[in-house]
Amino acid sequence: MRHTISILVDNEFGVLSRVAGLFSGRGFNIESLCVAETLDPKVSRMTIVTRGDDQIIEQITKQLNKLVNIIKVYDLTAEEHIERELAMIKVNVSEKDRAEVLSIVDIFRAKIVDVSPKTYTIEMTGDNEKVNAMVELLKPFGIKEIAKTGKIAIARSPKAVK
Amino acid sequence: MKINGAQIFIESLLKEGVDTIFGYPGGAVIPIYDALYNDTRLRHILVRHEQGAVHMADGYARATGRPGVVLVTSGPGATNTVTGIATAYMDSIPIIVFTGQVPTALIGNDAFQEADIVGITRPCTKHNYLVKDVRDIARVIKEAFHIAATGRPGPVLVDLPKDILNAATEFKYPEKIELRSYQPTYEGHPGQIKRAVDTILASKRPVIYAGGGVLLSNASKELKSLAEKLNIPVTLTLMGLGGFPGTHPLFLGMLGMHGTYTANMSVTNTDCLIAIGSRFDDRVTGKIDEFAPYAKVIHIDIDPTSISKNVRVDVPIVGDVKHVLKDMLKELDNAKHSKDVLKDWHEQIAKWKDTHKLSYKQNDKIKPQHVIEKLYELTKGSAIITTEVGQNQMWAAQFYLYDSPRQFLTSGGLGTMGYGFPAAIGAQVAFPDKTVIDIAGDGSIQMNIQELATAVQHKLPVKVAILNNRFLGMVRQWQEFFYEKRYSYTCMDAAPDFVKLAEAYGAVGLRAEKPEEVVPVIKEALKVNKPVLMDFRIDREEDVYPMVPAGQPLNKMLLV
Ligand SMILES: Cc1ncc(C[n+]2csc(CCOP(=O)(O)OP(=O)(O)O)c2C)c(N)n1
Ligand SMILES: [Mg+2]
Repeated sequence: MRHTISILVDNEFGVLSRVAGLFSGRGFNIESLCVAETLDPKVSRMTIVTRGDDQIIEQITKQLNKLVNIIKVYDLTAEEHIERELAMIKVNVSEKDRAEVLSIVDIFRAKIVDVSPKTYTIEMTGDNEKVNAMVELLKPFGIKEIAKTGKIAIARSPKAVK
Repeated sequence: MKINGAQIFIESLLKEGVDTIFGYPGGAVIPIYDALYNDTRLRHILVRHEQGAVHMADGYARATGRPGVVLVTSGPGATNTVTGIATAYMDSIPIIVFTGQVPTALIGNDAFQEADIVGITRPCTKHNYLVKDVRDIARVIKEAFHIAATGRPGPVLVDLPKDILNAATEFKYPEKIELRSYQPTYEGHPGQIKRAVDTILASKRPVIYAGGGVLLSNASKELKSLAEKLNIPVTLTLMGLGGFPGTHPLFLGMLGMHGTYTANMSVTNTDCLIAIGSRFDDRVTGKIDEFAPYAKVIHIDIDPTSISKNVRVDVPIVGDVKHVLKDMLKELDNAKHSKDVLKDWHEQIAKWKDTHKLSYKQNDKIKPQHVIEKLYELTKGSAIITTEVGQNQMWAAQFYLYDSPRQFLTSGGLGTMGYGFPAAIGAQVAFPDKTVIDIAGDGSIQMNIQELATAVQHKLPVKVAILNNRFLGMVRQWQEFFYEKRYSYTCMDAAPDFVKLAEAYGAVGLRAEKPEEVVPVIKEALKVNKPVLMDFRIDREEDVYPMVPAGQPLNKMLLV
């Protein structure tokens, strides 16, 4: 099963490689990984999407907790939470396709962030399914390039991961 | 007053109570070596290879319970420590390895003798540091010692660039540690402890299966009390030997691949397995699905990742073994129990003990088991024994009985050939008056033989008993059993003359070729106050029994 794990780590060089090394060294898989500083500049937050049965996920969270630079580990999967990815999609647009592409952008509440005579660059946020759905609809026009972030996530409850 | 980084390094070690370091100099650490010059507060053992230094520090740590300290230079000095660090990591041994590094301005430039040792050792250290500011040295050293020695212990590496060793600042050793992300759990959960006690009291065929964690937490007294109080038989892993007296009537012997018949049968038939500071290693469990199939499993370990990693556990208890056992003993004070319920179980165990004792067939050749029995007798069971890896290690585990903790030092997790001799030197440094013996193979001893010069230089009278079969014996045994005796590259016929070799180093060499020469050689070796190599020409194709073939269940043993 797929799990979304949120971790708070010391914002120091080498921490990302400790986390990545743990996954590769123990044969755990990483589907995506996002990192950025939190409000406290000494702390970063990583969101990792991984897969495994209950025993593997238990090992992953325990092993993460064991790393000296890791402050907190939360498996968000069991809780109500919101997940988002950001995609930027550069799609071909001929004169006749413009209106149709615009309407897709509209339906998905995405944005056009760059225009050239032959392409639109679309910015889109949403959960994984929504992003994929839009990509599917844009494919027939010819996608030239796509850049996606991994997933970030936050729990719905008022309490915070600290 | 300002002092430089090298001096801060020394003052910090002294604050940590360090009196000995094992090291080897080089360009990047010259500033530290200069500060060590004429400083009598620290004893520096000059080794002959950096791997030797790490195993010595490891042997020192295992024998004393205090962290071992290593100092080496950058680049090749640092990379030579890796096997030693990985060895300590697998067996949870507290050591701190200080490596020199090229000056900060050159890091990343492929500078002369630069190696990314922090990157290289990340997966085999508990934690590691690259210090980038002279003002951080004292704090990092304080943290390094704290991390190495607390929780589940392990090696920590600290990389020190040359320029920060030369830079100066005020020295102030921090009093407190602030590591909000590192808080080991020592106390077991009271509810779980109660459940464990109830489970044990309800069982009819309990077995304690204890490992290295008992030694690491200095809990052998508590373990003995628990076993005796409830009359529960005890088996130990290779790493646990000495954690419970080898001569105790409740002792079943070691379990696992080369465990005793009794231990393996008891674990297979138990209805309550009490795992204490042990981690269900594959060499211990055999086929995992058929390991202790009838048992409720209680598992006490300070490392949560060890629990439920390989086997399903009914009563997990995260905590320090000593703390948890003390609490269990308290809980037991209020409990009602009768020793009679285990009568049938003990009768069964006595039968197993009688039918298949550890044994070997004496012929006209020297038997390795006989050598170890004589070592045991002639040292009255009180020597510190280290081992190399292979058959020698297994015979040392089976035929010498260890009554005290920290008496048996062996590379269990990594199985590092070349460990035993430097480890013996480290133990001898810590205990100059004790008899320290490395039980060695002819293959393994050649992996760190250069440390003979270290032993001679520092007047450390370690003894090495080479069980010389002129084979990489353990691999040969596998080839004999599972590869139709195709002895592919396991024959070591071009071994050196170990007697002459010892003499060349300024040590003493002795040889025994016939069974009746064994005792005189051992007596002579124990008499001289110098390092001694004993070359025992043993029966070449002697095998280690019992043996559970890899992947088989524990009760499927090949017996003598
Ligand atoms: C550094 C290292 N290399 C290879 C091995 C694989 N290995 C395990 S036991 C063994 C044979 C050891 O031979 P020896 O030291 O003569 O001991 P014996 O088994 O003959 O007692 C080998 C090669 C190892 N454990 N460590
Ligand atoms: Mg051999």
